[in-house]
Amino acid sequence: MQLDIQNVSKRFGTFQALRDVSLSIDSGELVALLGPSGSGKTTLLRIIAGLETPDSGQVLFEGENVSDLSARHRQVGFVFQHYALFRHMTVFENVAFGLRVRKQRPSKGTIEAKVRELLHLVQLESMGDRYPSQLSGGQRQRVALARALAIEPRVLLLDEPFGALDAQVRKELRRWLRRLHDEMGITGVFVTHDQEEALEVADRVVVTHRGGIEQVGSPAEIYDHPATPFIYQFLGNVNRLSVRLHQGAARIGGLAFPAGGFENAQDLPGIAFVRPHDLGISAEGTEGIPVSLRHAVVIGPTVRLELEGPDHLTLEAELSRSAFDALKAHPGQALWARPESVRAFLEEGER
Amino acid sequence: MTSNSSRNEPLLVRGLLILVALTYLGLFLGAPLVTVFAEAWAKGPEIYFKALGQADSLAAVRLTLITAAIAVPVNLVFGLCASWAIAKFEFRGKSLLMTLIDLPFSVSPVISGLVFVLLFGLQGWFGPFLAEHGIKLIFAVPGIVLATIFVTFPFIARELIPLMQEQGREEEEAALMLGASGWQCFWHITLPNAKWGLMYGVLLCNARAMGEFGAVSVVSGHIRGLTNTMPLHVEILYNEYNFVAAFAVATLLAALALVTLVAKSLLEWRYAAELNSVKRA
Repeated sequence: MQLDIQNVSKRFGTFQALRDVSLSIDSGELVALLGPSGSGKTTLLRIIAGLETPDSGQVLFEGENVSDLSARHRQVGFVFQHYALFRHMTVFENVAFGLRVRKQRPSKGTIEAKVRELLHLVQLESMGDRYPSQLSGGQRQRVALARALAIEPRVLLLDEPFGALDAQVRKELRRWLRRLHDEMGITGVFVTHDQEEALEVADRVVVTHRGGIEQVGSPAEIYDHPATPFIYQFLGNVNRLSVRLHQGAARIGGLAFPAGGFENAQDLPGIAFVRPHDLGISAEGTEGIPVSLRHAVVIGPTVRLELEGPDHLTLEAELSRSAFDALKAHPGQALWARPESVRAFLEEGER
Repeated sequence: MTSNSSRNEPLLVRGLLILVALTYLGLFLGAPLVTVFAEAWAKGPEIYFKALGQADSLAAVRLTLITAAIAVPVNLVFGLCASWAIAKFEFRGKSLLMTLIDLPFSVSPVISGLVFVLLFGLQGWFGPFLAEHGIKLIFAVPGIVLATIFVTFPFIARELIPLMQEQGREEEEAALMLGASGWQCFWHITLPNAKWGLMYGVLLCNARAMGEFGAVSVVSGHIRGLTNTMPLHVEILYNEYNFVAAFAVATLLAALALVTLVAKSLLEWRYAAELNSVKRA
């Protein structure tokens, strides 16, 4: 189902949770709303669901304005962060609930068949008679998902679906969710503050910040070309350098990198971001940033170097095992770090 | 085992502490209870049952039951409404409402009764109006019911508010997203989740409604056979030196207390398991 959000704003008291947010989600897409807490992503999700009313703007399902449609009638599947399973009902009753409260209640046999099918889908066929308190976190989340799918939702919304689970279960579940989504082709939106989760699971990632949308793009676009300093820092795993912006170039340590948009800049202070794997390290040279090796950590096939530069600058570099061995570096050794590509921003532009 | 030093107190200290606790309980709880039953049965079962069978005593029992039968359901509805509003919604004056719910706990029951006399009595604010329309609240059954409702209204709300606050709104929201109406949400989600707390509150509310003395005493007028509840009847009989009858009626109240205590313990046991499962879920 095509989902459109148009100029939605929402304020809680003095806190502006969303400001003039617009977003289109294509039918069958799985979209991640990624942002730190308080960035408005959960509020946006709850507005789509109808659990919150926007102060202004509208939500369209398939081009139809649903602002006046209550949550109850929107036919939206919602999965809560803490599952929100009905604690006094069995797994079976939980999944059947959405069918049983219908005006035209399906026959007992139909409900039974449907619930069995859903429990099969989430691989919990044998758990129908258990109570939520007898299940593990991952199992509960799958029950919550089956329950949401029972009403054949037009769109599936998930609020930090894996937030309360431990790392191993989390990884498993998100792959499983991705597979499930591919099989069912349902339009889905999920909220997360975990960049890895967003980049791994979603077709498209929407980065939110301070009630607005910072960037929308494919996971690769978001990772390779973050639009703002905020996204760089939020995604993490990046080195931040002070540079001078001068006539379309970012200058650092005798090197100059093209910096689009700053053609008219005259020696302005700026910041630049370099990913650890974009930092070339050599033992000899004359260009780049003079650093000394603090220590090196071997993580599987790569080696992570912690480097100390001038002015208490700390840099992180990532090399392959073979490149590191060829370097023959030992702690304390002086090296040269040479960024291979940087993305520069004006310092005032940093938020 | 040995790491817990409190378990290594000398036998003497332990014994002494237990003895003090038991003596205290025996003196202030056990002895009076035994006295009530002993005095009531002092002249044999025949006299005991005769005393209970007196028309005035039966009228007092009936009135007490009627009062509780009205006050408890009314406070059940009020308690559910108030705790739902407080636990699940944000609104202005919420803390004021919570303070007001606690009011009967902090005001002496006699004052509570007096308030109703001042409001609805013949010289009260609404007295002339009520008299004109032939409505008699004070020194009549409606006054007793009103005073009882007032004194007992915090019991159920006080039990439910913390329980509902802890449970939050997510389950109701989930039910709503699945297409349930407000009524279905309440009936299938809110009420089942609150049921143990609710029963506990009802039990306490009922015990107090049947046992209330002060507030009821002020508004009742002590008309035998008409406006006497059991606690009031006990006092009247006692003042008339009719000890066997007084203690006979008192045994009924004591039995009610015992039943409540047992039921309360049972519920606490059951309710604790439920609360634990809430935390695990």
